[in-house]
Amino acid sequence: MVEAQAHAQAHAGPQGFIRKWVFSLDHKVIGLQYYFLALTAVFVGMFLSLLMRIHLIWPSVSLPLFGEIKPEAYLSLLTMHGTIMVFFVLTTAPQGGFGNYFLPIQIGAADMAFPVINMLSFWVTFLAYMVMLSAFFVTGGAPLHGWTGYPPLSALPSAGPGEALGADLWVISIALFCIGALMSALNFITTTLDMRARGMSLMRMPLTCWAWFITAILGLLAFGVLLAAGILLLLDRNAGTSFFVPLVTINGQLAGHKGGSPLLWQHLFWFFGHPEVYIAILPAMGLCSQLVSVFSRKPIFGYKAMVYAMLSIGIMGFMVWGHHMFMSGMSPYSGFAFSVMTMAIGVPSAIKTFNWLGTLWGGKIRFSSPMLFAIGFVSLFVSGGISGPFLAQPVLDIPLHDTYFVTGHFHLIMGVASIFGIFAATYYWFPKMFGRLMNERLARWHFWFSLVGTYAIFMPMHYLGMAGHPRRYSELTEVGYLHNLLPLQKFITYVAFITIAGQFIFLFNLFWSMKFGKKASDNPWEATTLEWTTATPPPHDNFAGRTPVIHHGPYEYSVPGEPRDFVMQTDPLTVAVR
Amino acid sequence: MTILTSAENFSHAGLQQLEMRLRRARLGLGVGVLGIVMVFVSFTSAYIVRQGLPTLDPRTNTLIRDWFPLPLPALLFFNTGLLLVSSVTMELARRQVARSTTPTRAASIPNVFAGREGTILWLALTAVLGVSFLKGQWTVWREMEASGFYVASSPSSSFVYLLTGTHGVHLLGGIFALLSAGATVLFRRPAESRVVVLDVTAWYWHFMTLLWVYILCLLEFAR
Repeated sequence: MVEAQAHAQAHAGPQGFIRKWVFSLDHKVIGLQYYFLALTAVFVGMFLSLLMRIHLIWPSVSLPLFGEIKPEAYLSLLTMHGTIMVFFVLTTAPQGGFGNYFLPIQIGAADMAFPVINMLSFWVTFLAYMVMLSAFFVTGGAPLHGWTGYPPLSALPSAGPGEALGADLWVISIALFCIGALMSALNFITTTLDMRARGMSLMRMPLTCWAWFITAILGLLAFGVLLAAGILLLLDRNAGTSFFVPLVTINGQLAGHKGGSPLLWQHLFWFFGHPEVYIAILPAMGLCSQLVSVFSRKPIFGYKAMVYAMLSIGIMGFMVWGHHMFMSGMSPYSGFAFSVMTMAIGVPSAIKTFNWLGTLWGGKIRFSSPMLFAIGFVSLFVSGGISGPFLAQPVLDIPLHDTYFVTGHFHLIMGVASIFGIFAATYYWFPKMFGRLMNERLARWHFWFSLVGTYAIFMPMHYLGMAGHPRRYSELTEVGYLHNLLPLQKFITYVAFITIAGQFIFLFNLFWSMKFGKKASDNPWEATTLEWTTATPPPHDNFAGRTPVIHHGPYEYSVPGEPRDFVMQTDPLTVAVR
Repeated sequence: MTILTSAENFSHAGLQQLEMRLRRARLGLGVGVLGIVMVFVSFTSAYIVRQGLPTLDPRTNTLIRDWFPLPLPALLFFNTGLLLVSSVTMELARRQVARSTTPTRAASIPNVFAGREGTILWLALTAVLGVSFLKGQWTVWREMEASGFYVASSPSSSFVYLLTGTHGVHLLGGIFALLSAGATVLFRRPAESRVVVLDVTAWYWHFMTLLWVYILCLLEFAR
């Protein structure tokens, strides 16, 4: 008892506003900080995409405040949309946001292993975000080189209006983001390995924790490589070195570099870039596994298979980077190896998909809003994933690579699928984070707007691609062979307007429910994991001085002989479950 | 695990607490080191790839190699010696603080710390050697500049500046860690904190030494 009191006292929360809400060491506050950073970023990124869609179908229209969007401005929009979405939304919210908030609670810990490093990782990420946004406001504007930053374009300040200071800020922001992500990965790995409560063996962890853990390992191994590439790029840009820039003329003059290799950047970038896809999607996979089990009232189908599938996706994710470079003229033997490895990732991905379906099969399904988004995630994962094996083959990738086919593919599987994971997580954990339920009717409207809108936007892009419509080009309305495709482009833009409008339902619901939502009980979804055993919202040290002891796995639903249809992980062992 | 040889002097609860903190700190350090290793693995990969790349000579319109072996200044080897010695002094400080944590209760009382002076001495010596190493590296840069090898002169000189500079930045982090470790001793922080901070600082320092030896071997033997 004395020990429990001391424990609680040791974690008494700070009272001042600055220490409690700004420079907080509490993983829950830091999780919320990451979440709200990502929320602002997703609306910025979405707004940029809307400007791009408008420009694509009405290239000469003059917009209020923006005027006419010039081709180079279109490329800036494209670059910043991709960068902000990939780094500051898809990497930040699922891992930094929900992972920070719920990993320690789900494994029964009072906080992350290194709270100060946790705080620093958020503030470094915040700084990276500010530096990235500042690129819009400097002379020349934001960079043009796309989120992949391919040199020589990204390495030559004179290559375009945004490639001067804007591109420097872009590289610095990415480097800062890497540092923040590495510190975060360090915390996630140490916390998972060292701070689990008694009885919480690795194979009793919820699949969300497994997903965050594997994502952290991926981040640790991948972001260091991007950081190194960023340093080399900065030196090429500012110190006159030639790591990535070959002998090249620009505006009729030699650029002053020689001997560098743009392909070297591509290898380093995609060695990071492909695992990054899994960094974005794995947390959503873990969450989806959690939700289909909770809302089907069934144990997850094949828990161990799910863990091993995630691990193999993580490992194989480091062996396939070359499939982003089939166009680069690589050896056919290398292309073949990358192609086979890429298609092999389909195996663990299929295991996961069938296990989700197996969990749903015969379940007493509750179609609450988190479950709707989880099912939506599975749908998008399948639809976006099925075009993966097409692009994994060099012979098909080469004609499709620079078309809208790829845009449709990665938006479905990496972009929106992961965003659906974020939505599902928000609806699922909102009651625990804010003590109230989100409005279910609005949530359903939001779901249907998002699901139908997503398919209406991105499925036609596959057809555009197959018809040979190139991506990244700012203006193609006057190109003869694409005339017949313009109605499809217009359709996509109109649907994008409606779908984006639908996101304001979510935004309204989020803030309205914080104040006026129905009060939530401590366990509104009748789930089994540890966050539902503690108060709502959780106290500063998560368990108010208690140290939870775990007796059960995370998915014991509908256990025969049990009075309720779920067994909390902390429930004492009974004859029925023993 | 030498650090725990003094474990018999700790009470049971104190020992558990120390072991827990030490395990966590070492694990965190190991994970962090892996992140740094990935940065240098990437540099190494770039080094090997860049070394083999041909470039077009516009005057003759032929492919030539622009990489040439750079003679490393002898001072680099002297600096390596400094860093190796600093690792020894760091290890002595680490062992000293481990040995001096005599009975927990007494050790937790701020004013009782038997080997305090010795630890501070070894730490100070490590810091001086570390700063001397950095100063030496700076001098190497000046020498290279004087010989006409600037950052952008050739890919081989670019890599020398890149690798020494990046290692230097990481070592500077180690010096800050040393100062913080020194503060835990100087300001008589509890025994646990001293042991943990000294321990991870020491392992980080040893890693920096090892990393430097690796970089030197790369520059010397893969020219």
